[in-house]
Parts: sequence; C-alpha cells; structure tokens
Amino acid sequence: MKLLTHNMLTSHVKGVTKGYPLLIKATEVKVNEVDFNPKFVCRMIPKLEWSALVQAADQLGHREDLPGELVPDYEKNEDFLKKVHRVLLEVEVIEGCLQCPESGREFPISRGIPNMLLNEDEA
Amino acid sequence: MKLKELESCLQQVDTFEEPKILLEQYPTSPHIAACMLYTIHNTFDDIEGKLVADFGCGCGVLSIGAAMLDAGLCVGFEIDEDALEIFRKNAEEFELSNVDLLQCDLCHLEAEAYGQKFDTVIMNPPFGTKHNQGMDMKFLRAALTMSKMAVYSLHKTSTREHIQKKANDWGVKMEVIAELRYDLPASYRFHKKKSVDIQVDFLRFSKT
Repeated sequence: MKLLTHNMLTSHVKGVTKGYPLLIKATEVKVNEVDFNPKFVCRMIPKLEWSALVQAADQLGHREDLPGELVPDYEKNEDFLKKVHRVLLEVEVIEGCLQCPESGREFPISRGIPNMLLNEDEA
Repeated sequence: MKLKELESCLQQVDTFEEPKILLEQYPTSPHIAACMLYTIHNTFDDIEGKLVADFGCGCGVLSIGAAMLDAGLCVGFEIDEDALEIFRKNAEEFELSNVDLLQCDLCHLEAEAYGQKFDTVIMNPPFGTKHNQGMDMKFLRAALTMSKMAVYSLHKTSTREHIQKKANDWGVKMEVIAELRYDLPASYRFHKKKSVDIQVDFLRFSKT
C-alpha cells in the first residue's frame, strides 16, 4: 500500500462517522523506486489531505522534513516535489494493519494489500 | 508503445486458476484489453500521468496495461484475494511500481468518500447475470462518483438502451466506442459449447 492510496482510504464500519485518517501500524515497510513525474505529483497535491499524508509518513518513519503545512508555489519547487513523490509513491507498507480512528477496528495489510472487507454485521 | 506490442505483453499476464462463478470471473482477453487501453490512451489521453482506478481488477490485465502506458498510479479494486495474489505476482514479474492493490467490496464502498479523486476509472465489471443482477450498474455508479474525467467500461450490448437511460438520469454523456465480440471460452461447467461469442459494448462515460 502506497501512501497516495492510504490518503483516500476511509473506514466504513457501521455507525462510524469519522473513519479518517486510518492509523497505520506497520511491521514491514519498503521503499521501491518509481519514476519521478513532477506533473503528476503537482496534480495530486491539491487532492490530498495534507495533514493525513504527513501523519502517515511520520508513523512510518519517513517524514524526513515535510512541513506540517503545504508550502505555497510548490509547483516550481522540484526538491519539495521529489520529497512528496517519495512519500506518495515510493514508501510502501508491506505488512501491518490500518486502524479505524473511531471504532478501533483493524484492517490487516498483507503482502502490501490492505483488506478493507467488512463482516456482515459491520456493513 | 504499439498496439501489437501492448497486446503481446498482456498475453504474459496470468489469469484465474479457478474462476469463481458467483463473482463472474471471466478474464478480459489480452486482445480486448489492449484495444481498450490503446484507445483510452491514444484517442482520449486518459492514462498517461493520470490517477487510474481499475474496478473488479481480477488478475490485473487492465491495470498492468495502464501501468505500462505510464499511468501515474493505477489502483486495482478487487474483492477476491486469490485474484489479488495472482495480480500481485503479475505486477512483480512485470516489475511495475506504479500499481497498488486494495481488497474491498465495491458494493459496500461509500464512493462519495473518494469523490472524484481518480482521473479515470477503467473496468470490465461483472455483467450481473448470475444471481447478482444489476451488479454492473452498481459498479458504474461508484465509478462515476469516484472519477473526475471519464469511465471506460464493458457492458452487454443487449443492455445498451437501459444503460443509456441511466446515463441520462445521472446527467452523464455515454458514447459507444466499439462493439466487440467477447469470446468467452468454456470456463465453467454450465457452458456446454466450447466457446460462445457475446456482443459487448465498449462504452465511455464522461461528465458533461
């Protein structure tokens, strides 16, 4: 699971009103090289919940020096875009789980794939 | 990348070992997958550098093709973990790093939470013929909620009028990009013939 995907994920357990952002408890994290596409990163940034991304990167020990607030004029800041690229696409959670912030329900991540399926009584 | 090249790459993608009837696991043939992706990429420029979702991705033939055509990231959504495991191995063999996988039930997903985060959604949904009537329309509804630009999908030609009506209700534009003959090899016991051709539409939905 990449952090770009994590940034969109919400817990839909019945009764939960704020299942976002999911807490990441990782036991194995990998960094895989991905071709840097500054245009793509620039287009993704406005769609992100920035604080959730920074928090996730922090939980995985890969925050480096990403600022708590999004910097202005990031489009021209290649150094910044490279850092965001790394956190969004290169850092991957291989094993661990995601936890719903409200219900505490855990969603396992195994071989890089989060299992967001709910039991019948949870849906 | 040329169409022939893409198709021959997609022939290397492994598919279902034991397809599950209730999930309507019919693989998308490499030929159809390549033609779809090639059109989406060349005619509409909806893959390269885009955030793409593949609904009911199965073993990943469409996602892998999208990744080869340089999608920024392609996220595969699939309920079945056996299919996902084959997908994972495929992605590994092709050394693709711009795909990500998610195990989830698209019928229970609150698509609004993803409101238009994806640029493009591609899918070959279950046609909803086996105890799951209307499944393709549920997939389509979710896809339209989650995509900003366009949704590309395969549907039985016999349902075209119905889908057109729904598209009108939802205020989206529907185009028939191609009429295909979908060669369904006899993958299940209830298929008496060796293979059957069904008429399938390759559709593009966009917001007007």
